[in-house]
Amino acid sequence: MEKQSDLLLDIQHLHTAYRLQGDFYDAADDINLTLKKDEILAIVGESGCGKSTVASSIIGLYDHKNTKVTGDILYNELNLVGLNEDLFNKVRGNNIGMIFQDPLASLNPLMRVGDQVAETLYYHTKMNDKERHARVIELFNQVGMPNPEEMYQMYPHELSGGLRQRVVIAIAIACKPEIIIADEPTTALDVTIQAQILDLLEDIQRQSHSGIILITHDLGVVAETADEVAVMYGGQIIEKADVKTIFSHPLHPYTRSLLNSMPQTEDEEDDLHVIQGTVPSLKNMPCSGCRFAKRIPWIPASAHEEEPVIHEVEPGHFVRCTCYKTFHFQGEK
Amino acid sequence: MWKTVLRRFLIMIPQLLILSLLVFILAKMMPGDPFTGLINPNSDPKEIARLRQEYGLNDAPWVQYTRWLGNLFHGDLGESYIQQVPVSSLIWDRAVNTFWLSLLTVIISYGISIPMGISAGRHQDEWQDQSIQIFNYVTFAIPGFVFYILGLWLFGFVLNWFPISGSIGAGVDSGTLAAFGSRLYHMILPAILSALITTTGTVQYLRTGIVDNKVEDYVRTARSKGVPERVVFDKHILRNSLLPIASFFGTTITGLLGGSMIIESVFSYPGMGKLFLDSIGQRDYTTLTALILLFGILTLVGNLLSDIIISIIDPRIRIK
Amino acid sequence: MSIIDIKNLKVHYPIRSGFFNRITDYVRAVDGINFSINEGETYGLIGESGSGKSTTGKAIVGIEKVTSGQIFYKDVDITKARNRRRLDYNKDVQMIFQDSMSSLNPRKRIEDIIAEPIRNFENLTTDEERRRVQELLDIVGMPSDAIYKYPHEFSGGQRQRIGVARAVATHPKLIVADEPTSALDLSVQAQVLNFMKHIQQQYNISYLFISHDLGVVKHMSENLAIMHRGRLVEIGTRDEIYNHPMHIYTKRLLSAIPKVDVDHREENKKHREEVEHEFQEDQSKWYDKDGGVFPLQKVSGTHWVALPQSEVKAQLKEEK
Repeated sequence: MEKQSDLLLDIQHLHTAYRLQGDFYDAADDINLTLKKDEILAIVGESGCGKSTVASSIIGLYDHKNTKVTGDILYNELNLVGLNEDLFNKVRGNNIGMIFQDPLASLNPLMRVGDQVAETLYYHTKMNDKERHARVIELFNQVGMPNPEEMYQMYPHELSGGLRQRVVIAIAIACKPEIIIADEPTTALDVTIQAQILDLLEDIQRQSHSGIILITHDLGVVAETADEVAVMYGGQIIEKADVKTIFSHPLHPYTRSLLNSMPQTEDEEDDLHVIQGTVPSLKNMPCSGCRFAKRIPWIPASAHEEEPVIHEVEPGHFVRCTCYKTFHFQGEK
Repeated sequence: MWKTVLRRFLIMIPQLLILSLLVFILAKMMPGDPFTGLINPNSDPKEIARLRQEYGLNDAPWVQYTRWLGNLFHGDLGESYIQQVPVSSLIWDRAVNTFWLSLLTVIISYGISIPMGISAGRHQDEWQDQSIQIFNYVTFAIPGFVFYILGLWLFGFVLNWFPISGSIGAGVDSGTLAAFGSRLYHMILPAILSALITTTGTVQYLRTGIVDNKVEDYVRTARSKGVPERVVFDKHILRNSLLPIASFFGTTITGLLGGSMIIESVFSYPGMGKLFLDSIGQRDYTTLTALILLFGILTLVGNLLSDIIISIIDPRIRIK
Repeated sequence: MSIIDIKNLKVHYPIRSGFFNRITDYVRAVDGINFSINEGETYGLIGESGSGKSTTGKAIVGIEKVTSGQIFYKDVDITKARNRRRLDYNKDVQMIFQDSMSSLNPRKRIEDIIAEPIRNFENLTTDEERRRVQELLDIVGMPSDAIYKYPHEFSGGQRQRIGVARAVATHPKLIVADEPTSALDLSVQAQVLNFMKHIQQQYNISYLFISHDLGVVKHMSENLAIMHRGRLVEIGTRDEIYNHPMHIYTKRLLSAIPKVDVDHREENKKHREEVEHEFQEDQSKWYDKDGGVFPLQKVSGTHWVALPQSEVKAQLKEEK
């Protein structure tokens, strides 16, 4: 049995809908997830699958006029859905830190990077100027920046991509948050820098015992860092399991297809696997039935559930819809 | 940076020389000369010829040019052919008038346009934004002279709230508080009118800047730090949105001395713009060339000033 | 039979500084590289950002000015514009760009986008041209009504296929593909890569495939080169580079690729740390005094590495 106190975040029936020309469409549809201490939860999927929507719903950063969020996101006793902005500002940056994709765009071009880190401390601690400065230097050391005193005075454009992302990470962990959300933290970086940044995230987690939600489209990154994996398609979680299971016994047709289309297979001469059709846009998303059915037309309709639900296939391994049972690739029995 | 500024100043010298040559050639190409206007049935052709000789107008053009240039280096802008006073003192009086009028105009203009730009950007597509956009279209579309004349007619003639010409009331002793009050009173209407129709650029740049910056990633980062929305706006969004306006600021400052021909003419305000128009009409070469040269210097200095200002506030830009 | 031979290619950009803004140094974006691409093959060029790989690609298609060195196409040096015209080089060599959105003119319909290179090089009637565009769309698997649409009406993968169709419109012999799939999702990337392979087989096209993604390059190309700091650090066949890398930089890149191998992730991480340690520790072993890349040494008929002779021998001995 897991201790209740290990639970950091409990997301139940989260729906996030965006207004498009007057009507609301669910970009995240009935998301159920939990995040524990010391855990890296990866949410993986292609663009438009709703993974970033989940992240922005958790941290409450969305256009409030054109977005409707329902369900519960429980952080300790607090429900983050519909939380008043003043209270939320006490949580953001303090209990939940966020790391973004593009480190150059994520930093204010007119502010010294040290001051940008110190700004977080200003709103969440009682430190004075001197203490904040010292804490920023300490953070810069922690995220592996050389000459932190010098770095403090730099502007974002004066740093390399890897260093900028270290600054963004320093901002996110400044107040030792329990939860860190990393939205494609290495997509804009070179592979060698990516490896360093991922190692850094793991180190930080080991020291602070925080829980990390890692949002990515890169299956390699998932395989190297995640503990738990949720695969999203069309705004829904279609498979969820621990990382070993996802890669060794993937069940849902989408997970299997995606793994198959990676160009890291051994037989280089063969064509890569292509998933038929395209991801439907938010407006054209089928409202009922299995959302992946259209992309595997050779699987009979009877294999899908009418209203696909999540099944716990093995303890801890969840799959949506029943089509996984009879799924086979084309030309394969 | 100061090295760069010095270099830019040195580069300005050849630029100004070319400008002065162009100005001189243009002046020479104009039909007639300062004494053409004095010719009347009673004038003695010999006298005109003597004046021409005396003022060196019969010398070869390049001799005239080098003489003019030489005097320029000694700070001597020459003497106005028409008014028979040194051009420098003529310009000085007008420059003071223009400076105060333009300063008031700029203050009012920024005073109106910055709050409007902020309001339009913050409330994008709401009624505030839409009304400001309408205001913008109107003030942008209406020609200056029509607007000024309408304003002059309405507030000067019909309502009689403001004086309709000049820079100071008749018989007011200079240097007194009354003189200051009278000068201000003469400036208010032209300043407000020209401020109103020069807001378009600032409002649009500021509005677009805010609309664009609002959705930038670094603003999201600031929010994710738990920074209150009010601070996010003032400290992050607004500062970045003011950059394009700051880049015009240098030319705006030097533009203070350039004056506006249209507003000064409509209000018969004795400033630089009016002086410029008058000296064209009167073929007053010395004044004209001095003025054009001055405007040239102001433009160049203004651009340099803009570059310096923007490089101070935007760390990404270092002038080289 | 090679289609492109690159001999000591250099692309340098001047750095200006000091009071007189003189050229004081150069950015050596591409600093003396040699390689050749065989007819009908896909040659991989791998490097991280700033390595000079894109500059190399642009120099080959002729949109980047070459500082020195030669690019031979059919044994003629096409760094000279005259030769490029004579050989119809601009028709024979085309480019596919990374960002499919910004490399297609948003105001043109797909028909005009694809037909543009045809119009530049061939004289076809409207009917012939349309038939050709339809053919091309068919090749990349796009519906025929696509010709009436605009770029924004397509998804990223479809736009990249349109980019491929445009590139093959003139029946080119060589296509330089600069990160053609790095902006695409996995399943879409698979589609585009498959199309590129099919077209290659159908028309015997050669590719220069520029990418930072070692997995994609491994899938696409038989021979490849690793670029670093403007020079090539290692050239070899797929097997030589991926299974017997000799330069620390190649090893470092390979170890940094995230692997879909959950069971061995601790070992992989340890290996990566060892390589990184080796790379950081012994810079003088891998790079010359100024941190530059050594000249290439021959290891085998196909395998070259930028290391001193002694180091190459030592490594070979170790392998045996």
